[in-house]
Amino acid sequence: MGKYVLKRLVQILITLFIFQTLLFVILTAMPGDVTNRMFGNPDIPQKVIEQTRERLGLNDPVLVQYARWWRNFISGDLGVSFSEYPRPVIDIIMERVPRTLTLFLTATLIQFVVGFTSGRVLAWQRGGLVEYGSTLIGVLLYTVFTPWFGLMMIFIFGARLRWLPLGKFLDPAIWNGVKIPGLADSASKGNYVFSRMLLTASIILVLWLVILLLTRKLNSFQRRRILVGGTVGLFVVAGAVWAFSGIGNLAWDIVVHMILPVITITLVGYGGTMLTTRQTMLDTLREDYIMTARAKGVPEKVVRNKHAARNALLPVLTGLIIGLPFTLSGGIITETIFSWPGMGRTLLNATSAEDIPLIMGVFSFIGILALTAHLVADLTYAFLDPRIRYA
Amino acid sequence: MNVIAATTSVRVIEPLWRVRLRLAWRSFQTGWDIFRENPIGLIGLGMIAFFGLMAIAHPLLIATVWPPNVYDPLMGYDKEIIVHPSPPTWIPNAATEIQSLRPLSRFRHILGTDPLGRDVLSQLMSSTQSEFALGMMAALVTVVVGTTLGAVTAYYGGVIDMIFMRISDLVIMLPFIPLMIVLGSMFDFQMLHLALVYGILVGFGGNTLVIKSQALTLKVKAYTEAARVAGGSNLHIIFTHLVPNLLPLAFLSMMITVTNAIFIEAVLSFFGLINIRMSWGIMIQITQAAGYLLTSWKYWYLMFPAGLSISLLCSAFYLVGRAMDAVVNPRLRKR
Repeated sequence: MGKYVLKRLVQILITLFIFQTLLFVILTAMPGDVTNRMFGNPDIPQKVIEQTRERLGLNDPVLVQYARWWRNFISGDLGVSFSEYPRPVIDIIMERVPRTLTLFLTATLIQFVVGFTSGRVLAWQRGGLVEYGSTLIGVLLYTVFTPWFGLMMIFIFGARLRWLPLGKFLDPAIWNGVKIPGLADSASKGNYVFSRMLLTASIILVLWLVILLLTRKLNSFQRRRILVGGTVGLFVVAGAVWAFSGIGNLAWDIVVHMILPVITITLVGYGGTMLTTRQTMLDTLREDYIMTARAKGVPEKVVRNKHAARNALLPVLTGLIIGLPFTLSGGIITETIFSWPGMGRTLLNATSAEDIPLIMGVFSFIGILALTAHLVADLTYAFLDPRIRYA
Repeated sequence: MNVIAATTSVRVIEPLWRVRLRLAWRSFQTGWDIFRENPIGLIGLGMIAFFGLMAIAHPLLIATVWPPNVYDPLMGYDKEIIVHPSPPTWIPNAATEIQSLRPLSRFRHILGTDPLGRDVLSQLMSSTQSEFALGMMAALVTVVVGTTLGAVTAYYGGVIDMIFMRISDLVIMLPFIPLMIVLGSMFDFQMLHLALVYGILVGFGGNTLVIKSQALTLKVKAYTEAARVAGGSNLHIIFTHLVPNLLPLAFLSMMITVTNAIFIEAVLSFFGLINIRMSWGIMIQITQAAGYLLTSWKYWYLMFPAGLSISLLCSAFYLVGRAMDAVVNPRLRKR
């Protein structure tokens, strides 16, 4: 397993290298350069433009510029944004990354769990209305036009029913007067709460995985009880800690704002996952071990969950891996529709403002995010399927 | 000239191309029989035929029944109606809703007019042409690139294999819409460019992997070795033996590519990132820019036809692709 992880890491680093080089190629292939944007005024003499080019190092040979690109990237200097002058790009990105991460991770996790469990159940219903109905709904959800769908959700739940907020990720009225002890007045309160929420979520996840590993030796009945009890217990403890911390209502505000985007992304991605799960489950139906399990007298539900679903999990996970960039793109669309100030919306705004450093910086980050997600998914896949590790 | 014995007693000289045509027709018939068994595929095919009819009908209508200065999808303007957008003319209380200079016929605007005064149905039908063209072009590029690359990497293996696998890894991981946003901000994109870029990226990416694994199973079959023993060059083996057997699988991935291409074009037009004249995404974008997207159901004719068309055409191709699964993969057939 260790050797596989190492091999995968090296491959990811090579891919990252090629990716950054590609970005550099795009940047230099663009007609004109930065000075075109700085000097719109026709009265500026040509000599000044030439001097600026010299000073910014734009007349150096391409390889020197490439080396400089790499040095800046590794040291974290991604330039200064044009549209939010004089904030450095890395600052803007660091501010927006937790929000995108929260949305992306939550939505992917929920979409996968819901899609897989419902696909698993639906595959066992053969023939008749349920099968065609679920295929139809799955295909409709898979091909629905995401911006339109998001806007419809806002319209129904936000404008008409007024259950959920219309967009953005917090309500300034609640946040205005709150003073967080130990935090400078100018720092971002939103990010403070966000990073703490992410921390809580990751702690819960790690503890849940620990419980999962520890209960491996027990029989399935006790194990299920412990798992369910443990999950509920973890959430109750987390909720209690937040409620007594004084900033609980701020965190709840964020959660309420997160409900609608997460539901939208989940529903749009759910179609694909459910359809793929159903298809792979149907493929496993023809295998011999299913027949053996049934002949042994194993109850149908156990056959479905323990034998068929585990084997069907692998191709679905592959599909998820391949569809990760698509989920990321879908996240960008959703962020714009819901005015969720994450990286996707930053990218679109930067494009309209033609803010090249910000565009390049955000795209770099999105690429890194996609690569990391791919790596994690690959490692999970290798953990689940021993054939991959020793191939 | 090859001589085929059709029966035992009579020697008939049949040209080779005739034989190949006959065999191809027979395999097509078998495929069609299998495809026909699955109602999902027929539904998809029916929807595609419907949209095809729409695309063909548009120039006919413009030439005969519709006066171009009113019904042109880009520059038409209905002077008879004072306030645009206006609801469809066949709705019962349209006479009171539409403020017009004189009474209008019931079939004047079957889907109403958009905020700029153009007929919605005309826009819908003319966009179908470009959507089909986009989908077909993207699918063609994908198939050509993917099949060639898949066959070549599977056949040669080694260093070539490793290089292309790394490239396709990278391409799979690149999120497409951010890439198009970045490229769209720098270069001027039109429908054709979008189809090319998308086709190349998908061809290099997921498509190559799928076709490569299939080509690997074909490479070890007996006829490849026989061809090599008979003295066929590498190129001959790849293009005469491997590629034709990969075509069914490539055709399947073509369907999925068309779905995604149409969807992505709609999203990019919605965000105003590509420079094309009229498409379904642009129809929705105009509705949103004019502020009618989130109003009540009063302006349903602005939102629904375009969105529904996108969904229906995408799902049509997807359903056809799903039904083709059984044709391409013999293990999935019901018998």
